[in-house]
Amino acid sequence: MVTSVHQLDDGAWLSVNDSREVNVSDLWWLSRHDFCECEPADFLAEGFVEISVDHPNIEGRIAGQCIVCGESGVTDWLTLGRVIDSDDGRFYPVDPSSVHVPNRRHRLATPPE
Amino acid sequence: MSGGLRTGPLRTPMPSKVEGWKDEVYGGDIREHLFRFAEQGWSTIPEDERDAWFERFKWWGLYHQRKGQESYFMMRIGTPNGRMTPEQLRVVGEIANEYASGPVDNPEFGNAYADFTTRQAIQLHWIQLQDVPAIFERLESNGMSTIQACGDSWRNIVGSPVAGRDGDEHLDAWPVIQQLHEEFKGNEAFENLPRKWKVAVTGDTRGAGQGDINDLAFEPATKTIDGEEVKGFNTLVGGGLARKEPRFARDIDVFCTPEDVPKIAAGVSALFRDHGNRENRFKARIKFLVDEWGTEKVREVLQEYVDHELPTAGENLREQYNYNAGKADEPGDYIGVHEQHDGDYFVGLSVLVGRMGADDVIELADVAESYGSEMIGITQRQNLIVADVAEDDLDAFLDEPLLEEYSPDPHPFMRGSIACTGTEFCSLSIVETKNRMVRYGRWLRDNVEVPDGIAEFHIHLSGCTASCAQPQIADVSLRGMKTRKDGEPVEAFDIGLGGGLGENPQFADWVEMRVAADEVPGYIENLLRAFEDERTDGESFREFIARHDEEELTGLVEPKETSYEDPYMGNTKMTWYPYAENPEMEASPAPSSADD
Repeated sequence: MVTSVHQLDDGAWLSVNDSREVNVSDLWWLSRHDFCECEPADFLAEGFVEISVDHPNIEGRIAGQCIVCGESGVTDWLTLGRVIDSDDGRFYPVDPSSVHVPNRRHRLATPPE
Repeated sequence: MSGGLRTGPLRTPMPSKVEGWKDEVYGGDIREHLFRFAEQGWSTIPEDERDAWFERFKWWGLYHQRKGQESYFMMRIGTPNGRMTPEQLRVVGEIANEYASGPVDNPEFGNAYADFTTRQAIQLHWIQLQDVPAIFERLESNGMSTIQACGDSWRNIVGSPVAGRDGDEHLDAWPVIQQLHEEFKGNEAFENLPRKWKVAVTGDTRGAGQGDINDLAFEPATKTIDGEEVKGFNTLVGGGLARKEPRFARDIDVFCTPEDVPKIAAGVSALFRDHGNRENRFKARIKFLVDEWGTEKVREVLQEYVDHELPTAGENLREQYNYNAGKADEPGDYIGVHEQHDGDYFVGLSVLVGRMGADDVIELADVAESYGSEMIGITQRQNLIVADVAEDDLDAFLDEPLLEEYSPDPHPFMRGSIACTGTEFCSLSIVETKNRMVRYGRWLRDNVEVPDGIAEFHIHLSGCTASCAQPQIADVSLRGMKTRKDGEPVEAFDIGLGGGLGENPQFADWVEMRVAADEVPGYIENLLRAFEDERTDGESFREFIARHDEEELTGLVEPKETSYEDPYMGNTKMTWYPYAENPEMEASPAPSSADD
């Protein structure tokens, strides 16, 4: 089964397989990131901007701000959770209060020929 | 529809998920599906189609409530210009009593209430799908509807509810608004726009339509045409407050007579339909198109949609605007007793945070009717107006017991307080809003001296950057945030100062960030003390803020803890309902899946 992901309600929700799974307004600890100078950043998620699947991970870029320094912007890709078995489609969210490392995308949208 | 040259939509590729759903079913066609699900039950909506249907239901004024409240909906009723008859208001109260009760009481408002919104609409909560057909029947048989109250189309058209009655009027905009409402509600050519479409028509000299913050605004103006002074409107496009990207609507140098308003409105909204961004919903509002094109190009392209040569703009009346303008010597709202041009009076009543219990809604309808009122108005400051009270009846009306609660002479802090829906029901909000604003208002009333000459002090509390409480145009702007206090996440606010509309509209300067919610009243107390100490004679609060630069404002006063107690400091978003005895998400009585 293909995992269906998208953001809903003006970016308020991450939907996985047509079920609202991750909401904005949580604080996320970010480490080894380019978002701001804080280490770690204490990041308030205000809206999902982009959502993607890198099996088994569900990833997203989130708009928000660091509540330590006030820097606003959009994060690099964060793992929001996992769908380990694509047949049952069950989503396992990460815990925002643990430490997360955003990654820039290295793979290309279109593989080289 | 009106005579635009391009009548059919130009369809472009539809890459966003929502656009795909809209392309399958949207507009008026949604109704039959809505009624089918209402008949068969909420659980019959296939799980993998729920997101799509919930998105579509918005077009008919239904928002699925947030996580933990599955199967319940918010219903928005659009009342153009915020106008109803007392009879219609009674119907709203009866519907609220019958259908808008939740599983748990709200500690401030009980159960079954109506919210009057900043766009002059009405919102009911805890609506269940199976009740929708009966509610629609009640509304529609009484001349009301939820059509296009939400979704990507013409929303409720706003303006002064006392148009045609107000003594301070350029022209009566009510017939224009009625015509737009008739023409653009249920009009297939405009039922699927790239994003919401907010229109204001102002005919008074107060600026009460707040056109500056709408996608399309018709603002009062005069123009000399063929030697004659003609009353009409200037056309402004691209205002809006959401997403930390506020814009004031921009003048596109087009005058129109009242008769031409529908043609211009059709042209601008068709331009938006055809050229607005359907790939990225975050950049879809027309304010971004105006940013990209500039006003001259908007005007040039609009000319392609309109079959008469567009006249240049007329003389505006902005210097007379006082609505929400922060003037020291003029009222900025409709609260209180005002003479109509026909010798009767309209009375503006303060409805704290816009919420009124259903029984009170019905009682107000009864009271209004007993005094011969033919119109109840919802203002953009979440208050109500009862019109057409005869001079001889005024004293008796003002003595009505209900007016002790909904006062025409409220305390300045109660009078100026606005709040959005918040985490009680809304997915977007970061913090609890309405109950907190009620508590803020009471604490300020009981503990803070009002500076001399201040009859109204505008505090707008919005739960997030969507800005439904219009936080950027208040004396004190509160925008939902989070911070940590003693290491724990707590609800908080960014604080802005000095916003307002009027002749020279100004967005608030955001001067204090991430203030814990329980320290906000102390901040406001300190702020008003500084204002009282440092103001010059007759200076309004907005003027006081305007003469300070950003650096001065940032250091002006500090937040502090006070005797104010805030029961909502934790993460109200993570509860199923913030005020439940057991608020944990697992305790929700709502079904989380179709099988529950």
